Amino acid sequence: MWIEVGIAVIKTLTVLLLVLSLAGILGWVERKGSALIQDRIGANRASIFGFAGAGLVNTMAADPLKFLTKEDIIPKGADRLLHTLAPCVNMFPVIVAFAVIPFGDVLVIGERVINLQVAPLNIGILYVLAMMSLGVYGVVLGGWASNNRWSLLGGIRGSAQMISYELGMGLAVVAVVMTFGSLDLQAMARAQGHLIGGWIPGWGVLYQPLAFLIFLCAGIAESKRVPFDLPEGESELISGYFTEYSGLKYLMFFMTDFIEIGVVAGLVTTFFFGGWQVPYLMSDGFHFPWGAQLLLPQIVVALLQIGSFLIKVLFFCWVQVLIRWSLPRLRYDQLMRFGWKALLPISLANALLTAIVVLAFQG
Amino acid sequence: MHPALFGTMAALLVASALSVILQRSPIRSALSLVVTLFLLAVVFLFLDAQLLAALQVIVYAGAVMVLFLFVIMLLNLQEDRPAMAKVAVRGAAAFIASLFVLAAVRFIVGGAPSTGTTAMSTAVSADFGSTEAVATLLFTRFLLAFEVTGVLLLVAIVGAVVLAKRRLV
Repeated sequence: MWIEVGIAVIKTLTVLLLVLSLAGILGWVERKGSALIQDRIGANRASIFGFAGAGLVNTMAADPLKFLTKEDIIPKGADRLLHTLAPCVNMFPVIVAFAVIPFGDVLVIGERVINLQVAPLNIGILYVLAMMSLGVYGVVLGGWASNNRWSLLGGIRGSAQMISYELGMGLAVVAVVMTFGSLDLQAMARAQGHLIGGWIPGWGVLYQPLAFLIFLCAGIAESKRVPFDLPEGESELISGYFTEYSGLKYLMFFMTDFIEIGVVAGLVTTFFFGGWQVPYLMSDGFHFPWGAQLLLPQIVVALLQIGSFLIKVLFFCWVQVLIRWSLPRLRYDQLMRFGWKALLPISLANALLTAIVVLAFQG
Repeated sequence: MHPALFGTMAALLVASALSVILQRSPIRSALSLVVTLFLLAVVFLFLDAQLLAALQVIVYAGAVMVLFLFVIMLLNLQEDRPAMAKVAVRGAAAFIASLFVLAAVRFIVGGAPSTGTTAMSTAVSADFGSTEAVATLLFTRFLLAFEVTGVLLLVAIVGAVVLAKRRLV
């Protein structure tokens, strides 16, 4: 009993620490990426004894220290309780969403088989959608409780946008669920272990390319990044719903943004790119299609899978950073039109088509 | 579900429900309702109804209540003045509320209506509340009700579109 509790605690802490450090690293990737794309030298101002570490020192040491020492300001006439609560409400659902994303198959230690997923929930993906739908509150509250017009406008824009794009995302997920026949993300990842024709890894993107594109679009819109960053739109709204935040609370909004990138990357990886699957790697080692075999101990297999998952997640984080720095911001009517008149009908059609195909193959 | 756990959850639930009607600010009332609905989902989760819990959060806490907040913010409702409610309205509200209290007292004193077993001790099958179990029930035993609800929702959607369009013309 206590060993099970211990394992659960270790898994939870590992994922939590990974997620938080991912947010830190992404803060650096974002700055370095923007510098690279805008053809300038970036993020090289902070250095400790002359060591700037290509700007990594900024995000790993200088940023948190700076935010910690800033004054925490609550504007006059603001709702003090809700103003303080908003960044927490914003951050909580995003972090706990990671609980159902599997980061490996199983780890066998002695007699014990450990499922490399923090919470093996039967409803897996519904849980993620539920947490994402709760994410709206942080934005709305932050906007409303600041007693500032820009903030309120940002909050209302944000909530309208998130509700609109949740629909397209949900329907894309419906198609994915029908393809794999399960709501559990671990089962989805396992289902992508087969080979098509003995050569091509049967990853979800080959079955659901359209759902992948819809999900990525909706995911970026959900995390309110360029080209969907109207809730923050600094040229019109200063920085939208978190204009009136400073110090640690601002840092929480800031980090939530990066953790959201990680969630979207993790989900895209799990749904469409095999999750922790490594091509040709079975539970006892590599079985190549040309007949060669390379048998590996279980622990190495598990580590390879975890590594594969992390690499894929980092890749999709990088894709999102690339998109952010290469596209202009949409206009608000364009944003709404894209969400309701393009994304929603396409994902509906995709879900219907998937249902017909699945039914035809089963019946 | 352990009785102590249930007691804690129920106490929190009642506290947040009371907060819905006791808060002066409409925004805080609405947020208390969100907390109430969320806690209800947690109770469902402890009672092995995973799917129901997820749907409760997605539909009520995540969608319906956001619209409530939206309306409150857009109308910029100020703090409610109790004196503005008419005596007759208050009397009617008090009457209805006391009916509910009476029903609750009757329930607590007289025990639950006899169903053979009490809810606390009922053992459930392994797949109780899972997506598959609920889906099987929906598409076999309750198929008619399910389809009728679908039609009802469709009618509501069409009605909403008609109402929204009329404003523009």
